[in-house]
Parts: sequence; structure tokens; C-alpha cells
Amino acid sequence: MSDQLETASHPEKLRRVAIDPVSRVEGHGKVTLLLDENNHVRQARLHIVEFRGFEKFVQGRPYWEVPVMVQRLCGICPVSHHIAASKAMDLIVGAKQLTPTAEKIRRLMHYGQILQSHALHFFHLCSPDLLFGFDSDISRRNIAGVAEKYPDTARKGVLLRKFGQEVIRHTAGKRIHGTGSVPGGVNKSLTMAERNELRQDIDQIIDWSHDAVQLVKELHSQNPALYDSFGIFRANMMSLVGDNGVHDLYHGSLRGRDADGSILFDGVDYQNYGVLLEEEVKSWSYMKFPYLKSLGNKQGWYRVGPLSRVQNCDTMPTPLAEHERREFVAYGGNLPLHAPLAYHWTRMIELLSAAETIKELLHDDDITGNELMAGGERAREGVGVIEAPRGTLIHHYRVDDNDLVTMCNLIVSTTHNNQAMNEAVRQVARRYLNGREVSEGLLNHIEVAIRAFDPCLSCATHALGKMPLEVELLDATGHTLSALARSADGGFCTPD
Amino acid sequence: MSSFTLDGQTVTFDAGQTIMQAALAAGIYIPRLCYHPDLKPHGSCKLCTVKVNGRQASSCTYQAQDGLVVESNTSELNDERRALLQMLFVEGNHFCPSCEASGNCQLQATAYELQMMTPHYDHFYPDRPLDASHPDYLLDFNRCILCSLCIRASRDVDGKNVFALSGRGINTHLIVNAASGQLADTGFSGDDKAAHVCPVGVILKKRSGFRVPIGKRSYDIRSIGDLAEPGES
Repeated sequence: MSDQLETASHPEKLRRVAIDPVSRVEGHGKVTLLLDENNHVRQARLHIVEFRGFEKFVQGRPYWEVPVMVQRLCGICPVSHHIAASKAMDLIVGAKQLTPTAEKIRRLMHYGQILQSHALHFFHLCSPDLLFGFDSDISRRNIAGVAEKYPDTARKGVLLRKFGQEVIRHTAGKRIHGTGSVPGGVNKSLTMAERNELRQDIDQIIDWSHDAVQLVKELHSQNPALYDSFGIFRANMMSLVGDNGVHDLYHGSLRGRDADGSILFDGVDYQNYGVLLEEEVKSWSYMKFPYLKSLGNKQGWYRVGPLSRVQNCDTMPTPLAEHERREFVAYGGNLPLHAPLAYHWTRMIELLSAAETIKELLHDDDITGNELMAGGERAREGVGVIEAPRGTLIHHYRVDDNDLVTMCNLIVSTTHNNQAMNEAVRQVARRYLNGREVSEGLLNHIEVAIRAFDPCLSCATHALGKMPLEVELLDATGHTLSALARSADGGFCTPD
Repeated sequence: MSSFTLDGQTVTFDAGQTIMQAALAAGIYIPRLCYHPDLKPHGSCKLCTVKVNGRQASSCTYQAQDGLVVESNTSELNDERRALLQMLFVEGNHFCPSCEASGNCQLQATAYELQMMTPHYDHFYPDRPLDASHPDYLLDFNRCILCSLCIRASRDVDGKNVFALSGRGINTHLIVNAASGQLADTGFSGDDKAAHVCPVGVILKKRSGFRVPIGKRSYDIRSIGDLAEPGES
């Protein structure tokens, strides 16, 4: 079992291979592998070695500042933190029900975010691996290489992301780190000019999103043995689902399924996430390991994100995406698919759903309305949860009578996937590393597995295939046998 | 009518006007942070320093005189202004990305106007806890630039003396006039002139931050140096 690879019994007798750092948006992680004399993997870990600190930064700050401050956690999906914090602060200001305009503007902002983030991940970050091969020519395995060989695909990817960013700009004020969502509502709706500008392009965006789903299906069908098995492991799943089990990324209740697809829990009010979840701390990583209390830390870990969401819901909210979901479910024989590369398929189904949802919102008169703010009886505590591009995002705050934050707890999407990403790394390392000399292609196999989850630690620097990595192969006495490093500019060299 | 030249342009003035007042009346921008048209000038921020007949002087306190030759928008003076701005930024904790005054802040707008690209100096990172004791107003001392506008407004317009500067030199800091040191225990009111003159983000009305969208804030609409019309302050 892969979980046996978490801690080797006699690490002092093993050789250590390290990928350090694996980059993430706010810093770095690393992968370490311990090999025995026959190059069999005895231990594999994905470590997150940075300290974030935002939970501390916001203490003592006024609550209305938090949605703007905490989005600086991330430059790729700041809207997620912006909205999750706003939802928590809605409860602080007593706005249990937003105005229709406010809720729809926030939804529009969020689905714009989903669209741009999913497009960025698939086209810019992962398509080079999938189109050229995991160990293909490194000089072409990047978005520039895709643009050269598949110009139409690259162009669609860039323009899909651009459209999502424009949706964000019109709703939040800026493409990155806007201020549109405030406790109790939003600070602007769409002008008619903004709405019409977005309407002009949305049908094309839906077409291209549909093309993206077809592309990932085609890739899957070309090599099903790889796509169905690469880094595979079985896991529980968790996500928000909307009313009647509809796929909903903005609001809903928590639902969990086991690896066979059976419901573990459903309809859980996320205000009570603390009853459901526990976070375990391990000495070798700064990132906690959440698990379901009811199943314990050994059996209770779970996976979040598109692969969980599309299989956790009963239906997609839009017709084209629902058609694609049904096809995906049928491919798995009505049993959950667990292959990490299936993330890409489900991510593109969500891309399509986001595009369709944006169109619906752009034809809803409420998005140009003037009722922006709601309020009510003041509270001292609030939890805000949304489904960020990478999975369930939990923001929890307490605020004192003077309006200052006294407590903050954030469980970000990548944290939920901590154990799952470790499992994938172990599977890939054991399958592809054994008996082989360290090479760039090997490094990329591990990165491909990590990337499938679209973790924050892959957001920042590997957009052009230039994630800084360093791997060392040491003998049992700690002497370096071979080493290879890739710098941030993409060049390879032997480390000093 | 009496006149002087400002960067070669003839500026007329009324008797008793300062160079700053005459320049504003003529629609000419001179950078400043501690000047407010409704309050007695203080001459402390030094951003409005100009050369008058070749010698440096604070334009907000220097009386306009017939025939003066005044220089303001020169590379030498603007370099010095940028250095002053950089020192103000590093002495406090000015996190523009999450500051609700962003877009309405004169310090930020002046830094943009004078093309301050980096803080240049090492940050002090002072520890300045907030005063959130008042039910409707918040004091975030992290952003105080010691302009004394709130002090003058409270003393000279409101007649309350709510604010004062304490300490010396680099330890100078803003305090409020209460034994507890808390704004809630002073006579401060949201109707006070002092509540509305802070050029940065120290004196803030609670629960209203970020209500104005990006694009509608003061300096989204025009830069601080782009005076809409002569006479505007």
C-alpha cells in the first residue's frame, strides 16, 4: 500500500533523492524519495516547507479589510479568497441573504475566475505535457512549443483566460486583486456597456470551452492505459454541492463520498466544518493534513477539486456540461474515476460549465441592478466556504465588538489535497523511478502528477516549463552520486 | 496686479496670499501633504519646498511677493521630494494593496505623481497597534505621516484639541487627548473637521471601507497633479 511509503523504518540505510524546491505560488515545496540498495522506493513525501502567516496577519485588522487583504495569498485565484472571506464577513454584518444583484455579481466574478484559472492550468501549464509527452524534448515542452505546433489550441487557451480576466475586471475593478466584493454585498454592478461587451464574446467562449473538453477526451482516448493508471490511487471525495445536488461552485452544503462513490455525509452546513474535519500536523511539512473525523486520519483523508466535484454532484447546472458529465460518468462505468489525469477531463467540463453559467448571468437583468448591499444583526463569528478552482476553500473568522479580527482559520484547497498529492507522488515514483538514473524526464513525471491537482504550489513559476528543481542521488553514506538542477530560466546544470 | 513667475509662468496674486495659494488659484500643482486650504499652514512636510530667488522655502508658508522668481517642477526639487516620500513610506507601515484609503490617499497619489518607483530605504516596520475603541471611527497609526492636519483641524476649527504629537525626533507619534489613550474617551465626533482631513488612511470611518469601486476613487479619475480647475485645492 502506498501509505506504507510515508515513513521508512530505517531511513539511515537508504539513499535520498530530493526535488527541492518544487515551487508553489507563495514559496516552495520539495519532494524527497528514499531508495534502498536496489533502487526501490521506501519513502516518498511531498513537503511544503514554507510558512504562510496570513492567519496571523489579519488578527487585529478591521473585518472589512480582510477580503481585500487575504486575496494576496494568491495571484492566480485571488477571487476565491476575496469571495470566501466576504461570505464569512457577510455573516459578521448579519447579511444572511444578499441582494440578487450582489449574489449574481459575485457568482459572475467567481465563474470568471474559474474560467481563467482552469484555462490557464490546462492550456498554459499542462497541455505541453499532454500534447508532447511527459519526457519529450524539454526545449519544446512549454506553451511556446504548443503555440508553434498547435497555434489554434494555444490561441484559444490564451483568449479563454483573457475573457475570464475581463469578467473579473468588470466585476471586481481589476483583473487581479480587485475590491468588488465587500462584507454584505458588492461595490458595483455591471454597466450596460460592460454587460454588452462580455455578451459579444460569450458564445465563442462556450464553443472554445466545448472544444477543450473534446481535446482532453481525444488525448484520453489516444492512450487510455496511461490516462487511466498514471499515479492512480483510491480516495474519498469532498465538495460543496448546491440545492438538489447540483454542481455549484459559489454556495451549497458539504457532501462526501467514499472511494466507491457511496455517500459518507450530505447536506452538512459548512458553518459546522469543525465537526466534520480535523487537521493533522506532521513534523516534515508546514502544510496540515485534513481528514474526516468520523473515519480517522488513516482512512479519512480525501480529495477535492474538479475530479471530486464532478463526481460528487448529481447534475451539472448547464446543458452542455451535463452532457459531458454523463459521458465522463459512463466512461467510469458509473463508478468513481480515481486517476489523477482524469482531473484534466473534469476540469474542462467545469470550464464549459463556467462559460455557460456566465452566459446565463449575462442575460439576467439583476446584474445591472442597483441594490448592492444587505445587512442585519451583527454576529461575532462567520465561516465562508466556496469551491475555488482547486477545491473547497474554507475561511473562518471571529471579530470582536470593536470590529477587529481576533481569530482566523484558513483551510485552502491545496491543503485538503495534501495527502492525495503525496499518494500520487508515491505511485509515480515507485512506478517510474525504480532502477532508473535521475533525469529531467523523471522529474517531470513527478511534476505531472503534482500538476494534475493544480495545486497552489504549481501556480507560480512553471508556466513555461521552468519550475526550479534540484534532484540529488546519494549513496547510503550520504555521498552524492549524481545530481541535476533546473534553474528558473529553464536551463539545466550540475549543481555546485 | 502683483505677480511672480513660477517655472517661468506669470502668476498673479492677492495681497496676503502665499505662493501655494497663488499657485493653486492659477491651477498650478505644487506637491504637498500637510497643506489644507481651510487650515493654517504648517510648513512641516517639506514636499512643497520650492526655490524662491534661488533659495529653498516652503511654498505653503512663504508670502507671495511681486517679482519673485520661483522654481518648483525641477528635477532637483522633485528628486528631493521623492526622497522625502520614500522616507515617509519606510517609516510607517503603508500596505497600499490592502489599505482602504488606496485610490484616495494623497501620499500614494503624490508618489505616483512624482514617479516614486521603489521605497529605496530599509523599512522600519514599526509596531503601531490600532485604536478601534470609538464606535464609528478607527485610528490606524501605521499610516500616520505626522502632517498634523487633524491636530490643527481639531484645535482651530473644532475647538477640541483631540489630537497631538508626542515624543521627539524619530519617536514622534500621534496621540489622542484622553487619560486612557483611547479615541472613545475623547470628545471626537464624526462631524468634526478633524474626521475629514487625514490625507492618508489613519482616521477612518468604520464599516465603510472599499465601498467605492476601483475606477471611481478620487485618484482613479484624475491624478493628484491634474487640478480640475484653477482654484481647486
